[in-house]
Amino acid sequence: MPPAARAAEPIKLGVLEDQSGDFALATIGKVHGIQLAADEINAAGGIAGRKLELVIYDTQSDNTRYQEFMRRVLQRDKADVVFAGFSSASREAYRPIADQLNGFVFYNNQYEGGVCDAHMMVTGAVPEQQFSTLIPWMMEKFGKKVYTIAADYNFGQISAEWVRNIVKENGGSMAGEEFIPLGVSQFSSTIQNIQKAKPDILITLLVGTAQSSYYEQAAASDLRVPMGSSVNVGQAYEHKRFKPPSLANMYVTTNWIEEVDDQKSKDFVAKWRAKYPSEPYINQEAENSYLAVYLYKSMVERAGGSTKRDDLRKEVAKGDVCVEAPEGKVCLDPKSQHMSHTIYLAKVGDDHSISFPKTWSDIKPYWLGAAGCDLTKKNPNAQYTPSSPPPK
Amino acid sequence: MPSFDAAFGFIYQFGDACAFLVLCASGLAIIFGMMGVINLAHGEFIMCGAYVTVTVAKAGVPLGLAVLCGALASGAAGILLERLVIRHLYDRPLDTIVATWGISLIASQGTLIVLGPSLTDVSTPLGSVAIGGLSYSVYRFALMAAAAAILLALYVLFNRSRFGVLARATIQLPHMAEALGVDTRLIYSLTFGIGAALAGATGGLYAPTMTLVPTMGAQFIMEAFVTVVVGGGDVFLGTAPAGVLLGLVKAFMTTWQGQLAGQIGLLVAVIGVIRVLPRGISGLILRERA
Repeated sequence: MPPAARAAEPIKLGVLEDQSGDFALATIGKVHGIQLAADEINAAGGIAGRKLELVIYDTQSDNTRYQEFMRRVLQRDKADVVFAGFSSASREAYRPIADQLNGFVFYNNQYEGGVCDAHMMVTGAVPEQQFSTLIPWMMEKFGKKVYTIAADYNFGQISAEWVRNIVKENGGSMAGEEFIPLGVSQFSSTIQNIQKAKPDILITLLVGTAQSSYYEQAAASDLRVPMGSSVNVGQAYEHKRFKPPSLANMYVTTNWIEEVDDQKSKDFVAKWRAKYPSEPYINQEAENSYLAVYLYKSMVERAGGSTKRDDLRKEVAKGDVCVEAPEGKVCLDPKSQHMSHTIYLAKVGDDHSISFPKTWSDIKPYWLGAAGCDLTKKNPNAQYTPSSPPPK
Repeated sequence: MPSFDAAFGFIYQFGDACAFLVLCASGLAIIFGMMGVINLAHGEFIMCGAYVTVTVAKAGVPLGLAVLCGALASGAAGILLERLVIRHLYDRPLDTIVATWGISLIASQGTLIVLGPSLTDVSTPLGSVAIGGLSYSVYRFALMAAAAAILLALYVLFNRSRFGVLARATIQLPHMAEALGVDTRLIYSLTFGIGAALAGATGGLYAPTMTLVPTMGAQFIMEAFVTVVVGGGDVFLGTAPAGVLLGLVKAFMTTWQGQLAGQIGLLVAVIGVIRVLPRGISGLILRERA
């Protein structure tokens, strides 16, 4: 195809996100973030002179839909790049298909970490970014006895393993740990066990609407241990949805939420609300999705307008693919293709207002690279955990 | 006195588990246990009661009255459903499963579309009390009292009132009851409505302690069915002992080994009971009495 004709053709960006079903609450904003960025980019002349065209499918919070639409968007629509996925289960459902069809996928979501796959770019925060900041800070302020309650599936188990390791590294001890089956909504015994163990800090890694009943029940039983979490507030904005003070005294590490109080964030929120006035909340994944479009733009422009994955990865391998986001400057790590983040410590007050006692800038996703994942040399297409690291 | 604290802690856990099982099961004990309708939309009656209760309570009505409104709304929905769908399927139990499952999906997805993914709840009332080294939510004690009161009311209604006699006669021998001049259609309808209203009351009672989402009914339905299956056909003689037995197993296992063990213990106990007593606990009690 001659260069002139190619310039006329748009770059296709596939979007597979949940716009209905259980997760829609946390993910509709991701689609809006991508649309907002695409509109801005197209208004400013596109990417390397080409328009950006979105191909959007509603994955309905259903893993099977992810698989169908991943095939469709790569084979029929021939998307150059796909932005896809909220839950870890959905990501693991589509990842083999993206690998097999040689796709290029951005996963713009916080998760339990460990995906070492050249077909994937991960812009969400991972446990070493959220826990290596949160837990030492809380241990210094409140004490060294930590209790974890976590959802009993891969996200909760792997995150709890991270908590255990970081507590130990910082000279603390585990007062207890409980894994709770998804769907459990009655917490009297859990609350009593925590009261008996008298921890200084409670880490809550609860997932889903049934488990979120925990907070109201704990508050009603007058359990007032400071809570830490990597999942609440930054995704499903529980502080806005639940009646105060059930979430009071909770500390969350997030890479951005709409309450962040600086000029760049305020401008971003104003821009967003001008386009989507009825958006209930702009969460961290919405910001990740927005900045990911700009990240992709900068990769394509650096590669001289090429949208081939290998050309783009060559740029990433140089280690200086960065973008200015509402949270500040963020960069891609060449070894793991994960992203550095500004990490905000958000504190939920008695009236559920948010304050930020601490901010860490440029926190790197160090673990995968340090453990031996190096995508510039070898692509294992695998997910690792601290207890099953890459083979040496 | 640490041993007293531990004992009280366990009794509280037992009462709490027992109250949850009894309240979950009370409506279904009538609809499934007594009438034999496998109602997979039972969770949606609970959700309906919770939503109505919270909406009314947020308008300023006291919680007790709001729960009553929730129960009445679910009861009305139950009577309507019985007239339109269930009535035509009394002798087709397998078709009832499909129909009520469909209704369950329509109700929860419809609520999602109309009212959105979540509803702000009301805070748990009554505060907390410290006993020994531990603090307890006073509202959970109120739930235990409500469970006991509902069991008592069921006993009086079905074993001591004229309506109870007519209802039991209608369900055991409908043609004979009809021949004796009982309006069996009305009795069926009212009985189903009472079951639905009890589900609504359960939803209303638990609403201040839970996150309100359209799919919340699913959080009750497993406990509801296992309690009724263990209890057997009699509303009072089934639900009460089944609640006590399963509550004891669940409280013991969760206190000892956590929530996962509690869920496993509950289900193992159910399998054990129905293996030994296919007609449930009430089947055993009534056979011995006869």
